[in-house]
Amino acid sequence: MKNKYIPVIGLEVHVELKTKSKMFCGCDASYFGEEPNSHTCPVCLGLPGALPVPNKKAIEWCLKIGMALNCKIPLVSKFDRKNYFYPDLAKGYQISQYDQPFAENGWIELTLKDEKKKKVRIRRVHMEEDTGKLLHETINGEKVSLIDFNRSGVPLVEIVTEPDFESAEEVKAYLKKLQQIIRYLEVSDADMEKGQMRLEPNISLREFRIQNSEFRIDENLPSYKVEVKNINSFNFVEDAIEFEIKRQSKILDEGKLPTQETRGWNEDRKESVSQRSKEDAMDYRYFPEPDIPPIKWKQEQVDNLKSQMPELPDVKIERYVKDYGVTYYNAEIIAREKKLAEFFEKTIEVCEELKNKKENSLDYKTITNWIINKKIDPEKILPAEFVTEILKATKVEGIDEAELESILKKIIDGNEKVVNDYKSGKENAIMFLVGQAMRELKGKVKADEVKEKLQDLLK
Amino acid sequence: MELHDLTITQTKKALLDREISAVELTKLYIERIKSLDEKFNSFVTTTFDKALELAREADNKITQGMNLPLLGMPLAIKDNFCTQEIRTTASSFVLEDFIPTYNSTVAQKLFDAGIVLLGKTNMDAWAHGSSTETSDFGSTKNPWDLTRLPGGSSGGSAAAVASDEVLAAIGSETAGSVRGPASWCGIVGLKPTYGRVSRFGVVAMGSSLDSPGPMTKTVEDAALLLEVLAGKDPKDATTSDHPVKKYSQGLKDKKMMTIGISDEYFENAEKEIGEKVNEAIKLLEKLGHKIKKIKLFNPKYAIDVYTILMRSEVSSNLARYDGIRYGFGRDRFGEEAKRRIMLGTYTLSSGYYDAYYKKAQKVRTLIIEDFKNAFKEVDVIIGPTLPSVAPKIGSTANNPMFGEMADILVEPSSIAGLCGINMPVGFDSQSLPVGMQIIGNQFAEETILNLAYQYEKETQFWREKPKIK
Ligand SMILES: [Zn+2]
Repeated sequence: MKNKYIPVIGLEVHVELKTKSKMFCGCDASYFGEEPNSHTCPVCLGLPGALPVPNKKAIEWCLKIGMALNCKIPLVSKFDRKNYFYPDLAKGYQISQYDQPFAENGWIELTLKDEKKKKVRIRRVHMEEDTGKLLHETINGEKVSLIDFNRSGVPLVEIVTEPDFESAEEVKAYLKKLQQIIRYLEVSDADMEKGQMRLEPNISLREFRIQNSEFRIDENLPSYKVEVKNINSFNFVEDAIEFEIKRQSKILDEGKLPTQETRGWNEDRKESVSQRSKEDAMDYRYFPEPDIPPIKWKQEQVDNLKSQMPELPDVKIERYVKDYGVTYYNAEIIAREKKLAEFFEKTIEVCEELKNKKENSLDYKTITNWIINKKIDPEKILPAEFVTEILKATKVEGIDEAELESILKKIIDGNEKVVNDYKSGKENAIMFLVGQAMRELKGKVKADEVKEKLQDLLK
Repeated sequence: MELHDLTITQTKKALLDREISAVELTKLYIERIKSLDEKFNSFVTTTFDKALELAREADNKITQGMNLPLLGMPLAIKDNFCTQEIRTTASSFVLEDFIPTYNSTVAQKLFDAGIVLLGKTNMDAWAHGSSTETSDFGSTKNPWDLTRLPGGSSGGSAAAVASDEVLAAIGSETAGSVRGPASWCGIVGLKPTYGRVSRFGVVAMGSSLDSPGPMTKTVEDAALLLEVLAGKDPKDATTSDHPVKKYSQGLKDKKMMTIGISDEYFENAEKEIGEKVNEAIKLLEKLGHKIKKIKLFNPKYAIDVYTILMRSEVSSNLARYDGIRYGFGRDRFGEEAKRRIMLGTYTLSSGYYDAYYKKAQKVRTLIIEDFKNAFKEVDVIIGPTLPSVAPKIGSTANNPMFGEMADILVEPSSIAGLCGINMPVGFDSQSLPVGMQIIGNQFAEETILNLAYQYEKETQFWREKPKIK
């Protein structure tokens, strides 16, 4: 039988926050294209005696991500040290969070093919710091490794899901949605190419059998887990998952169990390569960071932060469908990026104002269609200019929709024969009605527009 | 009386009255260090050029009528405080050539207050020890008996103050590193409440315990220094915004107190030490203070808690010394540092964490509670600082737990983050200094300084000087 296995996939995503300063010191947190080691200080260089002081803004943003993912915000949280040696890790440990993350037990709802919904559980959202960057170069014929500490201490948020995904498609839907939420919160640009968003899926396969003509899925999670690292695009994550499913299926088919290990994704060869087995798994010797007192929130502080949350895409889409009669399909396109959604909403505001002043305005459908069809760039045009432009283009000058409709209806009523001709298939007959209308309207409306409107009315 | 016998208050008066200039004063101390330090080895690095430069600046300021709390005062700082452009080694060869680019908050505050820095004092390497014998720059010797240990880890600071090489010095205590050497060298040593003085720029040992503090001839000097050092530091998230008092002015009015005495502290000390401390307690009683018997946890439990917590933190804190960015490689770590890294790595390992670190944290909470309850009944607690007088050099060999045993009486209060002060209470039959500690509640520095000052007024032991041969 074909699908003997159901993939069990969990995801760890690192998001680099775009705070002005680093996580534990005052250094400029931007590092892309900067002179190496120009944004450093005793703290992010791990000099003797330097102490970390947490960045309040970064912590608030971490909480916001947690809130956007429907997480619980515990009132007490703390930082821990994750100890390991690596040349790019200045202190010999990374300040992270172990057993008391800033946010936990959330969920996110995905929209899959055919508007099918799926809820994925979020295990935790926690805060940590980035490491420096190793550069391997040849200087004067000598191979050397250099370290750039500009990235050292840049705030990172790690978002961990439960192993709820069953396909690469679901994973991709999740990543897109997560990226969208992060961008809506304006806490990171979540640009994969710049390493602002990093993905680590863990994949295993669960067997299912057919017993008494019923599907029986093994209720327990698989006893192994394969983590794949070095994935830097949404497409590669799909490739990597597909590859792993095939690789692990083959092993299971042979009656063996895949090794629990960490594998690296090789994008050129489109395959994963073993990096570290379970036996070599690191013991990070976590313990509470003594340099930073536990962080305690008052419920008011959490509530206050919640009240500052922007409206998120799901809510917007729902509202657009309900309040403006926009189709789900169109609402989703408009809400995809916050800037466009805001442009849409401002355009509606402008039109409402015009209506209130009894001036020429536009209906929701026209606004929606124009925004989508003209691929509006909200950076390049103001909502008010946009409205004027549409009004000019449609030339509904000095006449509003209702008036136009009543004039056209009068013409339809007065030309019964022509209407009947048109309805019986003589499409050209409509041009007579257009001519009548144009005379009546004295050029206030374009002929095309009149024709379209008449066609609508004659349906 | 000679100039180097004077306290900070007296020296400053002489400077402001123009009886002597800061440069003359500094030269006098430099000469003293030059002639004496071969005997004691109190210093890892001397900064005489810098000192003279600072002294000239101080003289200029005095001429301009300026006044600063420590203007022109010749001081030394323990070598685990980072000092900008001045070598800072923590007495380890790993940092033999390390010159910091920045000042620790303590050093910065002292410079801002006008001090003349004479040098960086010797210590146990990385502050690992209670004798200075683990220093890669050789042990410091006790000025009262050159064949004996000065205590540690701030042994260089203690010896320098006791021998009048400096007017005062800065030490740091994790558990006993200020009070201990102060006791064996017969000086005043104040360990402030954890979080009272910034740790920023102090080469970290046990991060949840480290407390910088003054080591001085008199209580008033300690109070003056604490005024300068204490306070919230935006660079150290563990410092408290508890208000900083005018500690030196709080000394004058004699407060009557209830003094707690716990037998466990005397049982763990040598008989002669206990007797000396008891004499001091009797004197305080005569002054009108109430003595109350209390029962504290046996301090021996604190040894286990301290050993586990501190080793764990050490193993993590020393991870950065990989020789990649500064200093030398790990091969330069001494035996004691290696032992501590190994033990701390073990106690934090998965599978052992719960049995060691977590359990130690729980006992720590119990010890904190124990003191909290005690301070509901008493204002201060008094006991011997160390169980014995200064032992002979070499006596710590083959005893890796020497420090923990020697510091048994100061560990509980360190673990609880309390403040404490060592006061000289006279000499034993071998003419070696004996010390008692006055332990106060968190942020009760004013209280312990007040009682210490009352005692000092009556006894004046600080006027006794070692006969340096
Ligand atoms: Zn920095």
